[in-house]
Amino acid sequence: MLGLNKKDARLLLIVAGMVLLAPILLNPFPEGSAMAQFNAGYPDLMQRFVIFGIFAIGFNILFGLTGYLSFGHAAFLGAGSYAGMWMLKLLSINVIPAIILSTVVAGIIALCIGWISLRRSGIYFSILTLAFAQMAFALAASVLTPITGGETGLQTNLNDPRIFPEFLGGGSSVDGNIPKPSLFGLEMTDSYELVLGSWEWTFNWGFYLSGLIMLCAFYVAIRIFRSPFGLMLKAVKSNQQRLNYTGLNTKPYMLACFVISGMYAGLAGGLMAAMDPQVGAERMQWTASGEVVLMTILGGAGTLIGPVLGAGLIKYFENIFSKINKATLEVWFGIFPDWMTDLLVTIVYPFIGKGWHLTLGLIFMAIVIFLPGGLVQGGQKLASFARRDRKGGGVEGPAADQRNTPAE
Amino acid sequence: MGILEVQNVNKSFGGLKALQNVNLSVEEGTIHAIIGPNGAGKSTLLNCFVGKLVPDTGSVVFNGESLLGIKPYQINQAGVSRVFQTPEIFADLTVFENVMIPCFAKRDGSFEMNGWRSVSKDAEIHDRAEQMLTDVNMIDKRDMTASSLSRGDKRRLEMAMCLSQSPKLLLLDEPTAGMARADTESTIELLKEIQERLKITMAIIEHDMGVVFSLAQKISVLAQGTVIAEDLPDAIRSNPKVKEAYLGTAAED
Amino acid sequence: MDQFILQILNGLDKGSAYALIALGLTLIFGTLGVVNFAHGALFMLGAFCAVFFQRLISLSHVVLDETQKDFLGNPLKVNVPYINDWFGPERAATIIDWSVPLAIIFAIPVMILIGVLMERGLIKHFYNRPHADQILVTFGLAIVVQEVIKYYFGANQIPTPAPQALFGSFDFGALIGRDPGAIIYPYWRIIYFLFSALLIGMVFAFLRFTTFGMVVRAGMADRETVGLLGINIDRRFTIMFGVAAAVAGLAGVMYTPINSPNYHMGMDFLVISFVVVVVGGMGSLPGAVLAGFVLGILESFASMREVIELLPGINQIVIYLAAIIILLTRPRGLMGRKGMMEE
Repeated sequence: MLGLNKKDARLLLIVAGMVLLAPILLNPFPEGSAMAQFNAGYPDLMQRFVIFGIFAIGFNILFGLTGYLSFGHAAFLGAGSYAGMWMLKLLSINVIPAIILSTVVAGIIALCIGWISLRRSGIYFSILTLAFAQMAFALAASVLTPITGGETGLQTNLNDPRIFPEFLGGGSSVDGNIPKPSLFGLEMTDSYELVLGSWEWTFNWGFYLSGLIMLCAFYVAIRIFRSPFGLMLKAVKSNQQRLNYTGLNTKPYMLACFVISGMYAGLAGGLMAAMDPQVGAERMQWTASGEVVLMTILGGAGTLIGPVLGAGLIKYFENIFSKINKATLEVWFGIFPDWMTDLLVTIVYPFIGKGWHLTLGLIFMAIVIFLPGGLVQGGQKLASFARRDRKGGGVEGPAADQRNTPAE
Repeated sequence: MGILEVQNVNKSFGGLKALQNVNLSVEEGTIHAIIGPNGAGKSTLLNCFVGKLVPDTGSVVFNGESLLGIKPYQINQAGVSRVFQTPEIFADLTVFENVMIPCFAKRDGSFEMNGWRSVSKDAEIHDRAEQMLTDVNMIDKRDMTASSLSRGDKRRLEMAMCLSQSPKLLLLDEPTAGMARADTESTIELLKEIQERLKITMAIIEHDMGVVFSLAQKISVLAQGTVIAEDLPDAIRSNPKVKEAYLGTAAED
Repeated sequence: MDQFILQILNGLDKGSAYALIALGLTLIFGTLGVVNFAHGALFMLGAFCAVFFQRLISLSHVVLDETQKDFLGNPLKVNVPYINDWFGPERAATIIDWSVPLAIIFAIPVMILIGVLMERGLIKHFYNRPHADQILVTFGLAIVVQEVIKYYFGANQIPTPAPQALFGSFDFGALIGRDPGAIIYPYWRIIYFLFSALLIGMVFAFLRFTTFGMVVRAGMADRETVGLLGINIDRRFTIMFGVAAAVAGLAGVMYTPINSPNYHMGMDFLVISFVVVVVGGMGSLPGAVLAGFVLGILESFASMREVIELLPGINQIVIYLAAIIILLTRPRGLMGRKGMMEE
């Protein structure tokens, strides 16, 4: 299918199915129940899942294949967002030109940064990319204020010029409201809500657009991974010298890889702007670069599905896990005697709520130490363990999904 | 006129003259061995052929083109492949992938890696890679990770990678170093067989005299940076200067 | 001219901090070959040693003061630090006032212990892993340390003033025969610079003049050979890690009056310190120190009004710009050794 082998096609289909059914899958608990706070099926968060998924897929094309650890990918994300915002402000509220321009702009910036940074490898490469991103961040927050809005950032306004307000269907600017980003008139914030018993599902246009783009991005990533170019990038990680003695000039390929990776980040940035039309310089800060590193490693660098899983997991933690507070814990542990409740709450509390970063840091360290292949590798280990246990018996549950992910 | 013509090559590192006026001519379709005691400058010379080092003076001409001042990948594109003393392979990839990369690179002489077509659906490359692995007798190890191979297998793999590009000239840096006796013999057989079948020109650096004399059609002897003899194997065997260089009985004038 | 001198002075204190952190980073990289992304966290831990020490000596118990009444007419409850009881109120006040310099004594063993634990517990297992893995695991550690500190000390900056006696500024202009008041420089920054210079000097002297240092230097050059000579180089490297942690920690302790510590100060410094190390040349101790001061001074020059008017924003990016230029023209940094981190 689509030039993919059976295994990859199945993986793509599973991901597509998950995107399609995400509003249902992510809302497994009925409204009003105690577990409802773990529901992640609201548009804002679902959009973030897929957008950061795109970001991580792109980062993985660089880091997962070639082993070049960039600490400056946030620069492309931010640049994409700014470019997208300007399209929304100047051209039309339609998101298509915004997304296209953000990808192109990020690609051009990646070309410049990559051209210089790729002269070095190893830690020098990491530091160079970090230096460039920090420079971009500092400039965006200060000198480039006319373009970036400085510390306040950019938002869409009522009096934005928008030279083609009706271009590609434009958007609605009824009765003096700020127009919302739209696709041929469909506003990104619009949703269709379905109530079924005590369940409530929200099907959001913005999410489905982002999801569709992520699927395309994922498909392209699979093609790259399975192409001779991808094979060669993996060889770069292994032995650049042998590649040179194989008649291949690695430089243009590395640059291409870096630019593609940057364009993914720009695409993600543009989508962020399109879903939520505001952007500030902090999107370029190195912590944002660090976040995508965490996502990719957590899920499994060099695997196809890993970065998407990692992105989803971190965003889920950030938005859901962090909301648990002491009171919630006391309810949970309420079944125990009082002293035990207090003890448990005291032990668990630092790791949840605002302390979720601590948990994240610990999990991340554990993954780097014990599971360099990330969660995907963990899943594969579990799966093979289960298979050995049952001697070819059917594997059910999450392990079965993991098994489909190719070993890299 | 040989396929590889080396003329008056000099190379010094600081005060050490590693190569002095080296002249060498490798005839097309032959196996040419370069021997010499330790520190004679064999590896330096080989590095000058592949662009890793640039000689101070002199010329290295391959097939009518100068090899000086061009990058290793361009030298390879011109038709020179090299097997290293310690095998240089893609350790993280499978044996099959290792062989596929040079096949892809060499296809149509384009040296381009396509970013869209699927590797696994390219029957032509698959056939070629399988053929190469069969040739070096490693087809049963095609799905192993290259880093888990034995040293001899790694070298055979590297040879397969080089041969898959059908080079005009194959440079081998001590191809049997560190191999077990049986492996050494099979490697000799392999090289002979390849040479007869494909008529690939080879230049071999080797310590093992047994290997040299069973393979080489012509031998150059390097000592202290200069070529002291270039002749047929039998003539080399009886050359007094060579004996002297190896036994080190007297200083040379 | 006055401006010129002033900017050099301004650059010195930031440069000192950069130099100290970079020195520690280089010690760890040079001896253990590990790229330590948690080094900024060590700097931050040092700063919080000062905070903790300050809190520790201010620990108080409640005493009913019969001479004062609260608004209900009951005797007022007063918090009295325990050290009051031991040293008397006046001396106790002085001790609390001087808590930052005194915290040094407290910080040295704590930081060495933290460093040793970190090396034995975690870093040891990463000697033979790729640099990317080392970066990642220490990056994770930095997050964890940061979050633990945030949990116990909160997310806000905690003011830790210098002793009152050192509050004022030093009139440098008058000293060198220029207009009084033209070049004034806070006392504490002078102290910070002198302290850093002393610390750097001690590290170098330690490495140069002691046998321990000689072995470590030999180990930096060729670890295996030193091991073959029957010297237990591993233990010495562990100690060096402790020393590097202590250097970073002390830099942090003394920096608290200049900038009130918060939990993410380490990361802010780390990014620049890495740039400093790379500019100085990975693995070169003098290079790290030199680059620290050069970049600190460069940064303060770039912050001059005239420069900013000419090149807006230059103060924000000058360090990174310098790093990029140096890395492209001198791949091994200012004083880097051949073969360090080269593929």
